[in-house]
Amino acid sequence: MQASANTDHGEASAPLAGILAEFDGPGALKKAATRVRDAGFTRWDCYSPFPVHGIDPAMGVRPTILPWIILGMGLTGLTIATVLQWWTNGVDYPFLISGKPLFGLPANIPIMFELTILLSAFGAFFGSLILNDLPRFYRPIFSSKRFRKVTDNGFFIGIDANDPQFDPNKIKTLFADMGTMGVEEFYDHDNRAALPRPIFRVGMILFLLGLIPLAFAVKSRHSTSSQPRWHFWRDMDFQPVVRAQRASAFFPDGRALRPQVEGTLAREQADKDPHLNQGKVNGKLVTTFPKAVLPLSMEMMVRGRDRFNTYCAPCHGRDGKGKGLVATRASSLGEGTWVPPSNLTDARIAKMPVGEIYQTIRYGVRNMPKYGPQIEVRDRWAIVAYIRALQRSQNASIKDVPEADRGKLK
Amino acid sequence: MTNELSRVDFLADDPTQRAPLVSPDLEFKDVTQTVCEVAEKPKPPKAWYVAFGISLALTGMLFSMIAYLIIAGVGVWGNNSPAFWGFPIVNFVFWVGIGHAGTLISAILFLFRQKWRTSINRFAEAMTIFAVVCAGLFPGIHVGRVWFAYWLFPIPNQMEMWPNFRSPLLWDVFAVGTYATVSLLFWYFGMIPDLASLRDRAKGKIGKLLYGIFSLGWSGSARHWHRYERAYLILAALATPLVLSVHSVVSFDFAVAQLPGWHATILPPYFVAGAIFSGFAMVVTLMLPARLFFGLQKIVTMRHIENMNKVILATGMMVGYSYAMEFFISWYSGAPAERFVFINRAFGNYAWAYWIMVSCNVLIPQLFWFKKLRRNPWVIMFVVLFVNVGMWFERFVIAVTSLTRDFTPASWGYFSPTWIDIGMLVGSFGLFFTLFLLFLRFLPIVAISEVKGVMPQAHGHHEEGH
Repeated sequence: MQASANTDHGEASAPLAGILAEFDGPGALKKAATRVRDAGFTRWDCYSPFPVHGIDPAMGVRPTILPWIILGMGLTGLTIATVLQWWTNGVDYPFLISGKPLFGLPANIPIMFELTILLSAFGAFFGSLILNDLPRFYRPIFSSKRFRKVTDNGFFIGIDANDPQFDPNKIKTLFADMGTMGVEEFYDHDNRAALPRPIFRVGMILFLLGLIPLAFAVKSRHSTSSQPRWHFWRDMDFQPVVRAQRASAFFPDGRALRPQVEGTLAREQADKDPHLNQGKVNGKLVTTFPKAVLPLSMEMMVRGRDRFNTYCAPCHGRDGKGKGLVATRASSLGEGTWVPPSNLTDARIAKMPVGEIYQTIRYGVRNMPKYGPQIEVRDRWAIVAYIRALQRSQNASIKDVPEADRGKLK
Repeated sequence: MTNELSRVDFLADDPTQRAPLVSPDLEFKDVTQTVCEVAEKPKPPKAWYVAFGISLALTGMLFSMIAYLIIAGVGVWGNNSPAFWGFPIVNFVFWVGIGHAGTLISAILFLFRQKWRTSINRFAEAMTIFAVVCAGLFPGIHVGRVWFAYWLFPIPNQMEMWPNFRSPLLWDVFAVGTYATVSLLFWYFGMIPDLASLRDRAKGKIGKLLYGIFSLGWSGSARHWHRYERAYLILAALATPLVLSVHSVVSFDFAVAQLPGWHATILPPYFVAGAIFSGFAMVVTLMLPARLFFGLQKIVTMRHIENMNKVILATGMMVGYSYAMEFFISWYSGAPAERFVFINRAFGNYAWAYWIMVSCNVLIPQLFWFKKLRRNPWVIMFVVLFVNVGMWFERFVIAVTSLTRDFTPASWGYFSPTWIDIGMLVGSFGLFFTLFLLFLRFLPIVAISEVKGVMPQAHGHHEEGH
């Protein structure tokens, strides 16, 4: 085979990009590479279907800096993992899991390890591609048909035209002298296909449109709003529950609060002693104490005083006149929403049926909370009895005192 | 042809001679031709169409079931109290384990300069990627509301919340994510020069365009090879600790929990050995028919298969040792719950699963002690298929027996899969084989440039005569 400068495109218009020579196997390639290197060429390369052992010293290729890039990337990964775990779980959103430290090395090692490996691998992959100037789909040397063998069984040396010592005739003689299997020139056709304009424009528009959601995200992060935060998945916003003052979409009559089902009893309807438990008989508030607590004993009055002083006195005061510690403090603060506790000894409450006082203790009234859960049934009646005693004592005349003791009061 | 092939297969028998890695009568050109031919034939063998049709149908079934799952909710699975980790986690661990052989062959054997790996590494790496795809699917759909699966990642969000980095489940996300990414890069990186071979041989327009794009304009330049080889070596060095870490982290999902039968320090090495074991079994399962259908017997010789069988035997013994050691440790711990769980594994409700596991993973591979048997394709196929089954059952036994027999007898139960569970397991094989068959059809299934590099001609022996 002899030197032939034929490519399928007209080479007259295209500038000469270099000269290519094929060699018979890796051994011949290595010998030839040594001679090209010794001849002082700088812009040249060997091409082979697999990495030829020992070609680097033959060409004078220096070791790549790639390992250092990978080391740098690995350390970056390690740093990112450390800072990410420490900051997110220890600082920004402290996450207490069964009392473990917020940032304890052992539990954070797996992710440090994985991110170190991940970023190192990125360094190896992308680093070597960037150093190798890949991807680059067009190279002048690809215009040679013979060069397609390079990924099969072809071993080539190519000297670029921009080498300072480039002289086509001298190079061809040099290659022939080395026993090449064939020499040819290759041309720079510069047939890189430019991106068609419409595609470019559409791409730009799509790119700019893609920035809009991002802009909204940035804006919402740096502004305040009275509305709840917007979120993408709205599962929790649409729950099949009835909201206050809205019609039910589920029941045909639109009522959310369901009427009593026929043939059923509420717990209070099954009450065997409503007088005692509810202070109400047949819808009427009772005016007498239930039989179960009669007769009223001294023991019961003492119990009533004890419960009254525990639960009622903080607001109503020990004398029931509505001047307890809490009430006094609240009035002195002048809170607008504070409703003063009633004076239990005034005429209004003195005339109240005992059933109503009992219900007030049990269910609360206005902003007085219910005490049903804290105070047992019998204790509630004991408090009622004690309140009655307070009322009597506050509105008493001298006639109420036993005659034998009247002398002591004077 | 048969004589010639058997000569290749038994070359290793002469101890005075280093066995050639591929058939010695091959030239560089033949390697390119043999491998590229597979992807270039206008029509693949009929068996390919049949296999692809079945796999595609199963994949369709898998995704229909996933759609049903998403619409109806995870109640369509058998997972329920106390066995909340049913098939999805068993399948996940099974598939991740399968993947390990690929990385082991491509990375660890590369570092050990086991040059015989060059014929099978591409194949095994592809298997890794597709197995990890199947594996990643299951935790993704196991979260219930799949549209919230992105909560697994530390993404700044309007709730100003972050994931818990001290949870093994999050370690898993990072370990499997890194593993999938690095395996993909490693596989693709190794394939770039071979894609360039396909590019340079492509006749059709589409082939030229696609192989052209994916080979990134590779020119075979020595300066490029220099950096490429260095990067490949470092990627292998990175993938080696990675592959050992991945199944260790997967085992932490179990070992960090307090459950009896899970809370054991042997789990990480035991899981890694099991992963390599199951992975090699899967490589052989795929390789044995593929080398026949695609005429690769000269490149993937019986010696390669035999080497892999030896690895299966060795890792099978490690797995058997772990089974025994688990019993010893539970006895030695003196903890009643631990002791009970292991006795229950072997003789309780799930004894059937336990003994399937032991027979498939420990007893059947013992056949490979005999040279005749580990070179007989029928015996090999029999063993590796049972190993695949056994390793799936291993994960089932670990996950289900401990969950259904924890400390509180009040919360004991019995897990039964639904037809959706079983359909998804079968469907995941469909997905795996669909991807694999596409790989066999369109990509270089053997690392062409690496095989050339280990041929005797590559070292100038032909020309210089020594």
